[in-house]
Amino acid sequence: MSDGVAVRRDPAAPLLREWTRFTPRQRLARFAIWLGIVAALVWSVRTIEIIPEFLADAPEQMADLLIRMWPPDLRYYPDAVHAALVETIHIATLGTILCFAFAVPIALLASRIITPVPALNAFAQLLLVSSRSVNTLVWALVFVAIFGPGAAAGVMAVAFRSIGFVGKLLAEALDETANGPIEALRASGAPWGAVMLKGYWPQVQPAFWGIALFRWDINVRESAVLGLVGAGGIGVVLDDALNFFQWDRAATVLLAIFAVVILAEIVVTRIRARLI
Amino acid sequence: MSAEAARRAFAPNWPARLGLLALALYALYAAAQLDVTFARLMIGFGEAGRFLGRMVPPNFARWELLAEGMLESLQIAFIASAVGIALSFPVALLAARNLMPWWISGPARGFIGLCRSLHYVIVAILFVKAIGFGALAGVCALVVASIGFIAKLFAEAIEEISPRQVEAVRATGAGFVAVLLYGVLPQVASRFVGFCIYQVDSNLRNSTMVGIVGAGGIGGTLFAAFKRFDYDFVAAILIVIIALIFAAELVATRVRAALQ
Repeated sequence: MSDGVAVRRDPAAPLLREWTRFTPRQRLARFAIWLGIVAALVWSVRTIEIIPEFLADAPEQMADLLIRMWPPDLRYYPDAVHAALVETIHIATLGTILCFAFAVPIALLASRIITPVPALNAFAQLLLVSSRSVNTLVWALVFVAIFGPGAAAGVMAVAFRSIGFVGKLLAEALDETANGPIEALRASGAPWGAVMLKGYWPQVQPAFWGIALFRWDINVRESAVLGLVGAGGIGVVLDDALNFFQWDRAATVLLAIFAVVILAEIVVTRIRARLI
Repeated sequence: MSAEAARRAFAPNWPARLGLLALALYALYAAAQLDVTFARLMIGFGEAGRFLGRMVPPNFARWELLAEGMLESLQIAFIASAVGIALSFPVALLAARNLMPWWISGPARGFIGLCRSLHYVIVAILFVKAIGFGALAGVCALVVASIGFIAKLFAEAIEEISPRQVEAVRATGAGFVAVLLYGVLPQVASRFVGFCIYQVDSNLRNSTMVGIVGAGGIGGTLFAAFKRFDYDFVAAILIVIIALIFAAELVATRVRAALQ
């Protein structure tokens, strides 16, 4: 109301007001954030334990490492690397397939359109969040403790880590579906299964394949390190080579991982272009 | 398509069915290759019960060790984020094909691809071997990961900008720096901030993991506890890590809202 009074007193007052981009409150919030960032950084730099000698000879050590790695021992590839590489891809693919067995039901529960029960939605969201907030390597450690070392632990780790990611995106895709086809199917007396298969599935199909390919690509990268904690794949070979300081062999393994990651990205881009 | 097939509302999609069959066969084959059998899974689920039983109650008796590791992880994440953001900004500018000639953007894009393609734990191993155990190796590994993520997305964002504003600024006779400051950056600044916040969040998550290969932070403590079968301590560490990730997500949402 005070504005109205001001206008009556001086008609030009609103024009004279200085324009600012942010309200004082927003400015305070922004300032607090910048202050927080700087404070966190200063605290980190001042207290982190870094040994100056290590820092000083880092370039020298780096150069030494690269010299030891060159040339890569390519004869090692057919002996041990190839089988491990194939195992890695199997772990990633099987983990992705297995994750859908868990993620699809949870996504159906998490979608507010399909399951109109808030308690069940919240429960499904909890499952998805807990799957996502545990790292693949931690899942791998857990499953190595359960199944023993080997590829089975790797597959389970990849699957459990992927549930959260896949389930979340799938539930979002389900929530965004148009209601028209669903209502039409219901009006014709279609049972639940038919509504799912002919109403929802065609609408989420592009998203579904997109998510699957995207996650598979991530899983190929992640399954390369699972072997470091004993969960199978090429990481085991890498770990062995590193422990014996066989740097030329380690270089071969790294090149193999590099090639597979790039290849996976190309495959995903190709399939995505054809499917979607 | 024959008249009969056209009349059917839901014609069967044979290629898709064959594809699914092939996928199922592959899954069976791969499971056999990896020695993942039903019996083994059943034994595993029995073991899972015992494993979970040993995890409760979580043991916070060694909370000093836990706090020390978590603080080091936080330090790694903060420093790596700051350095990574500072480095990925120029790298992204160099990699944007609409700002730079191909002989600059090509190598820059190759560098970003190299940073992206190796998992951060593998990069951490290399840095541990090169510069020794400790937090510095973790910082370096996460800097590489940050460049791979932020620089790639930021370069793509720059390539998507509208050329009109750039042309308008250029038409006034502005030099390269002025074009960058007034034509390019205003269009992408908010996206850059978004990528940075996302990367800080993932650096926080990843900094708890690099310790597994000796690159500092809580990961080393976690791995040691796993190796010694101290599953109650493992549970305590996992609870703290997950709490940190939740807190980070909440803070990130607030910060993003405030910086919009």
